Amino acid sequence: MPSETTAREAGRGEGGPVDPAWPGQPEAVGTSDWDQDGLDTDEMIVNMGPQHPATHGVLRVELRTDGEVVRAARPHIGYLHRCFEKHCENVDYPGVMPYTDRMDYVAAMGNTLGFALTVEKLSGIEVSPYVQTIRVVMAELQRIASHAVAVGTYTMDIGAFTPFLHLLRDREKILDLFEWTCGARLLYNYNWVGGVSHDLPDGFVRATRDLLREFDSVTFPELLDLIIHNRIFVRRLSHVGVCRPELAISYDLTGPNLRGSGPARDLRKDAPYSGYETYDFDVCVGKGQYGPLGSCFDRNWVRTVEMRESSKILHQALDRLEKMERTDVHEKVPKRVKPPKGEIYFRTEAPRGQLGYYLVSDGNVNPYRVKVKSPCFTAMSVFHHLAKGMMIADVIALIGSLDIVLGEIDR
Amino acid sequence: MPEEVQGLIHNRFGDGLVFTSADQIINWSRKNSIWFMTFGLACCAIEMMATGGSRYDLDRFGIMPRGTPRQSDLMIVAGTVTLKMATRIKRLYAQMPEPKYVLSMGSCANNGGPYWRHGYHVLKGVDEVIPVDVYVPGCPPRPEALLYGLLKLQEKIQEDRVTRKRGYTVGSLAGARLDGAADGTAK
Amino acid sequence: MDPKAIHETLVAKFGEKIQGASLEAASPFSVVAAEAIAEVAAFCKADPDLAFDNLMCLAGVDYPKETPPRMEVVYQLLSYTHLHTFALKVQLPRENPAVPTVERTWGVANWHEREAWDLLGITFLGHSDPRRILLPDDWEGHPLRKDWQDPEYYNGMHVKPTQQMAERALAGETIGVGPFDFTPPNRHVKEE
Repeated sequence: MPSETTAREAGRGEGGPVDPAWPGQPEAVGTSDWDQDGLDTDEMIVNMGPQHPATHGVLRVELRTDGEVVRAARPHIGYLHRCFEKHCENVDYPGVMPYTDRMDYVAAMGNTLGFALTVEKLSGIEVSPYVQTIRVVMAELQRIASHAVAVGTYTMDIGAFTPFLHLLRDREKILDLFEWTCGARLLYNYNWVGGVSHDLPDGFVRATRDLLREFDSVTFPELLDLIIHNRIFVRRLSHVGVCRPELAISYDLTGPNLRGSGPARDLRKDAPYSGYETYDFDVCVGKGQYGPLGSCFDRNWVRTVEMRESSKILHQALDRLEKMERTDVHEKVPKRVKPPKGEIYFRTEAPRGQLGYYLVSDGNVNPYRVKVKSPCFTAMSVFHHLAKGMMIADVIALIGSLDIVLGEIDR
Repeated sequence: MPEEVQGLIHNRFGDGLVFTSADQIINWSRKNSIWFMTFGLACCAIEMMATGGSRYDLDRFGIMPRGTPRQSDLMIVAGTVTLKMATRIKRLYAQMPEPKYVLSMGSCANNGGPYWRHGYHVLKGVDEVIPVDVYVPGCPPRPEALLYGLLKLQEKIQEDRVTRKRGYTVGSLAGARLDGAADGTAK
Repeated sequence: MDPKAIHETLVAKFGEKIQGASLEAASPFSVVAAEAIAEVAAFCKADPDLAFDNLMCLAGVDYPKETPPRMEVVYQLLSYTHLHTFALKVQLPRENPAVPTVERTWGVANWHEREAWDLLGITFLGHSDPRRILLPDDWEGHPLRKDWQDPEYYNGMHVKPTQQMAERALAGETIGVGPFDFTPPNRHVKEE
């Protein structure tokens, strides 16, 4: 007689007779099975993805849950691994540029800017202040557009459908400006090594000012009122997904994810590039005004307030563009990009965090090795820590608040 | 319609009576309410979202996104299909109920796109694993291009016949054959 | 601290385990002996002058044509307290490259090292979860190595572009499959 019995068997009372003529019948259940102590619970493995309605891409998360509470989470990535680093070794430097666009496809200007600056730094190319200002304008417009998508899709994940449509409508106006300048709506191949691909058209400054006027007076206050200070949004998110600053730094969270937890670190201030040191703007940090510092709400708060800071930078950049002497944007673009032998790690502040390019050059027209440190990759690496103990619905809120783009994670 | 019959039915009835064939009415209703499964994989997904947004509205055509394959007519494969994802695509395609259509959006789903040459992990066209009805080229295709592709799909649906089994369309650029012979030779 | 001072601090503590440096480069680095990287990493994080509490990037690079052929792992470090950056490099033999893990020091190294294993085949000794991260679990080989050849098939799907594709692409055909129908959707409307 085995001495080990499960809780179920220990609590079993008399059940009905077992019918030998009915093979495979379910076990008889005694009345004392319904006691709390006798209840045998199992953990369940719930699979989320790789196809799921939240629009963050092809991410698969395996959750081990006890009912609705997550005991362990395991993200699986790689469903969008497009061999970016192998392509870099086989095409030349200008040819790499369109591939960098496609990594973080929601904020494509930032990726090309990072790669262009990396190669320029290694080659020793300095662009004119006019090109630098154009790059800042494009990067900040892209930051507003990217945060609009981030907050919009996030509210759709949480359950509010309308902010998505409002923010996408406002983003379309920014995409109109991009299309006017360089012809593309989403993936521009705009920043080239040594310059940009197209000069700003006439009237661009005025059109951008119109857009910013509408953004400052209508879109941004509406965003704050309807979403950020919305009681439902606040109560849903202010205690969810709290990330301590030490954990954030150890797992290399950067950008709004890090600033939402407290540390005021922004590469545009700490290690400025492309003339950012000459602009006057603040670094936005999470304040924990409604809950513990580092919650999903704080990260979204940082993204929203950063849109206003981007607008500030844009106003200053547009003022300069009006007074600045226009130089040829292709002036410093080399006929053949051939950086000297060496290696460099250069980082820029993309809308999702610190985007780093580690470039090894052996003096040929093709790069020898390009490794991209994508901010979303490191943000996902902390996911399994933060997801412990939360409900399944909060896992969705957490994924969205880290603002991941799978193209960048998987490259 | 023969003359005698025409004389019997013309101008006899009010506007509330419609004379059509079962094929036409079924196809008309199907094509005007295509519910697609959002299968956004990569950059084309953002354009698909923008097409569903308020500027290039998809809802005016009756096209609505559904999250689950079990309730959708159309799978828009928007973005690069990787080898890791290909088995999942097959499974999701099998989970869709008939009649089902597939629209391959973007050059990555058409033939591997910009990753066709050195992409060791990129499937060279989603038609290696599932049959495709409409291909929309572009990288990414503009929302108008996607709408054009959907309108072309509506035309294709209009030409369906209840009595005719839907066959597979042309096949894969890479040479895969849907009947299983993967020898890479041209069909 | 400037790179020279950082390098000297490391040499003062670890002596021979620091095997070289390149301090004038665009991203200055010190070369560390492979077996000592874990302790060097822990020191970099714990020492109050260095205080490298953040690992920015961990990259594996394959150098088959050097003499001797080697693989390198480059650690880019950042200190949030002092705001200085530095890099450490480890050089490994190309057959069975193995280096101790630094995931106890910086949590993010867990995923970076999994990726280096997946794409380059560098083993990280003591890693808690040595699985592939980007490629499927039944993938064979490490694609980012310089001697990688695409296989013909993976589970029945073509991996490398077939001759048919290459011919059609190089012949100038630009769109997917079959003849593309340019007739507009409203073709039943007759133009006046």
